[in-house]
Amino acid sequence: MSTGVSSHGRAEVSGRTQRQDNWWLAPLTTFVVFSAFVVYASWRAFAGEFYYSSPYLSPFYSPCLTTNCVEGSSDFGQPFSWWQLSPALIILIFPLGFRMTCYYYRKAYYRAFWLSPPACAVAEPHAKYTGETRLPLILQNLHRYFWYAAVLVAAVLTFDLVLAFRDEDKEWGHAGLGTLLMLINVVYIWLYTLSCHSCRHAVGGRLRHFSKHPVRYRAWTFVSRLNAKHARYAWVSLFSVALVDFYVYLLATGTITDLRFF
Amino acid sequence: MGYDLNLRVWRGDSSGGELGDYTVEVEEGEVVLDAIHRLQATQTGDLAVRWNCKAGKCGSCSAEVNGRPRLMCMTRLADFDEAETITVTPMRSFPVIRDLVTDVSFNYEKAKQVPAFAPTPRDADGKRRMQQADVERGQEFRKCIECFLCQNTCHVVRDHEENKPAFAGPRLFLRYAELDMHPLDTNDRRKLSQEAAGLGMCNITKCCSEVCPENIKITDNAIIPMKERVADRKYDPLVWLGSKIRRRTDREEV
Ligand code: SF4
Ligand code: SF4
Ligand code: FES
Ligand code: FES
Repeated sequence: MSTGVSSHGRAEVSGRTQRQDNWWLAPLTTFVVFSAFVVYASWRAFAGEFYYSSPYLSPFYSPCLTTNCVEGSSDFGQPFSWWQLSPALIILIFPLGFRMTCYYYRKAYYRAFWLSPPACAVAEPHAKYTGETRLPLILQNLHRYFWYAAVLVAAVLTFDLVLAFRDEDKEWGHAGLGTLLMLINVVYIWLYTLSCHSCRHAVGGRLRHFSKHPVRYRAWTFVSRLNAKHARYAWVSLFSVALVDFYVYLLATGTITDLRFF
Repeated sequence: MGYDLNLRVWRGDSSGGELGDYTVEVEEGEVVLDAIHRLQATQTGDLAVRWNCKAGKCGSCSAEVNGRPRLMCMTRLADFDEAETITVTPMRSFPVIRDLVTDVSFNYEKAKQVPAFAPTPRDADGKRRMQQADVERGQEFRKCIECFLCQNTCHVVRDHEENKPAFAGPRLFLRYAELDMHPLDTNDRRKLSQEAAGLGMCNITKCCSEVCPENIKITDNAIIPMKERVADRKYDPLVWLGSKIRRRTDREEV
């Protein structure tokens, strides 16, 4: 190898790294957890069944917009009458695109899946590297558009949460374990969405003169505080969304019955 | 209580070198740089090492300790097991001069390419005014001590020598960001962004932030905001259309 740490003129030290700590643990964990999520989410998204158990709709299938949605699950009509596949596939593009282009997820999967680099000061295995300067990775710059869509998705999930304050016969003023799980999920989805770097930029980060825009400055300060925890929200919301879906799956298959609080 | 430390230190120059094993007496509370100095004083009088302040403020003593880019003067021996062998190598992204000393002129060349601060005209009374809120972001970047550990760790150049001409590196992205966020600077944002050499090569994997001894949030507060600013100009069709229609070429005053 004539490039990288063994380039001519650099100190001749053997090995791709001298690190002796468990630097591989973090990328390995990311790899395993993300892969597990992808497998789970693909199974659930392609299945096209067991995603609705009144009054709960799985977040993977919300909003349910196709004619093949099960009865009661479409709160926004069924404009996609020609769609024959699972209704989740139409809608999941947006959260998927949002997370795939997220600055935090990019860091996580570039490290864990592409090993570019696997960890700091550990040489990457690739001979060439152009970063995000060309197709397809230049498309990461579209992250802000997915953010706009993500705000809508979060709003729909909030609407679903409101609908979950009913019982299975659609009587208002009730709540169950499903409602609580949806509440937790919606809170984390909002925290994740609002702590986004593109959001931080849009609310005020793009300004040069905070002093001329006191309200946006305040908003930017608030989002900046959330932004520092963006990675944590990315993880928690990933689990919470899968958890809600799995709970709905268990209800819809009749494996368990909903625990009603009132 | 003193003890005998097992130290492995890289010795050599650009034509080659190797790790040498040494045993050095060290005291409680000492740092890696102390051990290196004792080694130099007692066994290897010609060991080359760069240092100055021994207080983590001059940025001279950058090296790699057990493979991790660190300031030697800020790396406590107490963080290691007494029986552990500590390996010290020079920074591995820059040409080595001798032993632990590398040639960091790459960074100075990149610094020269940053367009100089070009302030707006003075106010009528001959003064320039800035609000604290407007300069705060840039002040974080001013904490930089130019240790170049971030430049050394960044895989874009560490693992790809051929990327050096096109990539300024995280330390210089701080500078570009500082200027772009500066309330009085007049550089064209788009031009500046394009000239922000190689911003697109960074894949925000955050190793620069991880090693920065000043804990500057390089990626979150400088690189990503700059990527967003570039996206405003280059990848946002609405903004692009607006600039075509209104023929807005100057930096938008916001
Ligand atoms: S975040 Fe970007 S600049 Fe910083 S080390 Fe990683 S690739 Fe280099
Ligand atoms: S940004 Fe941090 S790591 Fe980089 S040169 Fe400055 S102080 Fe060193
Ligand atoms: S969602 Fe992670 S940065 Fe936008
Ligand atoms: S000697 Fe000055 S930073 Fe270490």
